[in-house]
Amino acid sequence: MDYAVQVDQVSKSYGHKAVLDNVSLQIREGQIYGLIGPSGAGKTTLVKMLVGMERADRGNVTVLNETMPNLELLQEIGYMAQSDALYAELTGEENLSFFAALFKLGKTERKRRIAYAADLVNLSGVLNKRVSAYSGGMKRRLSLAIALIQDPRILILDEPTVGIDPQLRLSIWSELQRLKEVEGKTIIVTTHVMDEAGRCDVLAMVRDGRILTSGTPQELMAHYGASNLEEVFLQAGGIQV
Amino acid sequence: MRTGALIVRICRQMSRDKRTLALLFVAPLLILTLMYYVFNGGEAGNPRLGAVNVDLQLAQLLEKANIDVVNVESAGDAADTIAEHDLDGILTNANGKLTLALENGDPSKAKALQMKIGQAAVARSLLAMNVPLTDAGEIGMETHYVYGSVDSTFFDVLSPILVGFFVFFFVFLISGIGLLRERTTGTLERLMSTPIRRREVLTGYLTGYGIFAVIQTVIVVLYAINVLDLTLAGSIWNVLLVNLLLALVALSLGILLSTFAASEFQMVQFIPIVVVPQVFFAGILPLDGMADWLQALGRIMPLYYAADALKGIMYRGEGFGGIFVDLLVLVGFAAIFITLNVLALKRYRK
Ligand SMILES: Nc1ncnc2c1ncn2[C@@H]1O[C@H](COP(=O)(O)OP(=O)(O)OP(=O)(O)O)[C@@H](O)[C@H]1O
Ligand SMILES: [Mg+2]
Repeated sequence: MDYAVQVDQVSKSYGHKAVLDNVSLQIREGQIYGLIGPSGAGKTTLVKMLVGMERADRGNVTVLNETMPNLELLQEIGYMAQSDALYAELTGEENLSFFAALFKLGKTERKRRIAYAADLVNLSGVLNKRVSAYSGGMKRRLSLAIALIQDPRILILDEPTVGIDPQLRLSIWSELQRLKEVEGKTIIVTTHVMDEAGRCDVLAMVRDGRILTSGTPQELMAHYGASNLEEVFLQAGGIQV
Repeated sequence: MRTGALIVRICRQMSRDKRTLALLFVAPLLILTLMYYVFNGGEAGNPRLGAVNVDLQLAQLLEKANIDVVNVESAGDAADTIAEHDLDGILTNANGKLTLALENGDPSKAKALQMKIGQAAVARSLLAMNVPLTDAGEIGMETHYVYGSVDSTFFDVLSPILVGFFVFFFVFLISGIGLLRERTTGTLERLMSTPIRRREVLTGYLTGYGIFAVIQTVIVVLYAINVLDLTLAGSIWNVLLVNLLLALVALSLGILLSTFAASEFQMVQFIPIVVVPQVFFAGILPLDGMADWLQALGRIMPLYYAADALKGIMYRGEGFGGIFVDLLVLVGFAAIFITLNVLALKRYRK
């Protein structure tokens, strides 16, 4: 089977509030899969389930043909949380090498990955600075570098480019494109930025814990008769443009 | 390996936080030294007793008992006379009948004065009956001490408890707040999205913070024994052993309670609930007089057992056999808290 991720009729509620309602989706290996939708729609809850940090009340989550939660599989999943979780007293390099040590990586491999990840997010020059002295965007970039550190087959990025300047965002997206095309990685991103959404192979529109529609960006635009994704987003929310 | 990375990380973080290190390593020494001087403070001045009509023999006996006797014309208004001559009390002899008026500003000092005067009065009557007395004016009696000596002070009994308390308190606070910060900054959650196992996480934290607890324990114990010259009747190794077990209990309890706190402030709120009551049951206050249910309450407090063991070793000179049960109970506490911690970590990885 060539699905990297399968979510099968998953529901989840916090107390009485249903956050995910019978969600199903399939993500092929080597795809960039985007989740868009209004704030509070349940995107973060959904991606946390893929990492095994939340358990579904009903339904199944399968990643690389293994049912989640699965500890071994976390080696193959790089996760970037929506809020930066970094050790502020440590330097960027110490943060990277700490997380690298939690994964199975040889010593030389670890050094190589740290250098690669830091370079990708343009942090090589400030790796010896403490994270407490980083700007918001620098912290975000370090979080992204940590998600890439173990060279996982699947990348799950929760709003990865918030607070990152347009130039760097462009270079990060072209690297994501390269990772997909050259290394065959599967990438799942949530985003509120529509031009990033347009770069995804498949987009799913999440609203009130349900997937309203999914398809390529072109299919979504055709479906709503819209000329751009912004309109799609607004029309899905019932706003006439 | 993963545990090792965690330990290295905790050591790095701690070593960058100079204030916390100072709190951990220097604050207990300061407080211990302060307590030492408070309790061993130089001899208080002799009490001053106004004497009205008191015969020479009794006055001499009173002087021998370290009471400064001041002759006063008449008691008059006792309060005024006491204030005027800066006295602690006035003893009046009216036709062989003694009356004592006490200032009673400090009840325990007043009681001691009253007792000494009573003894002197008894000695005075015994002398009248030709009963031999010691030089100090007391009835001849030799005293032996099972524990300690004639020089033992309250501080000798208190200090083993203090040593245990500091280890418990500071380790509890620092591990609790350390872990709480991990929870609030989301790094603990982030950690749980890597292939690390829950017991690796816990072993890492216990060892990482444990290293600092060990250093603190060694510093406090060595300082108390070598610099403050505390009584150490038993083996220092047993003292260290008890404190290390206590530190483990404090560590696992601090980590566990941080689960129920949403902020540093809420963590500090655990101090009056969890830490302060333990002090009451650690043996600073006498337990024998307490109601049964209160005594039973003391039995669920780790510090009670640690204090009992520490007093046993340091003051009573007990060996390993004497503290074995206490150690066992401490191990039990640690085991319970560690197990609960493993369960509590479940909420980060379903
Ligand atoms: N731990 C929690 N306890 C209770 N409710 C929660 C919890 N986490 C999320 N929710 C609720 O679940 C819903 C979905 O939250 P989620 O974080 O998945 O939204 P989101 O789509 O990621 O939003 P955003 O775009 O703002 O990040 C929200 O209504 C939120 O209030
Ligand atoms: Mg979100």
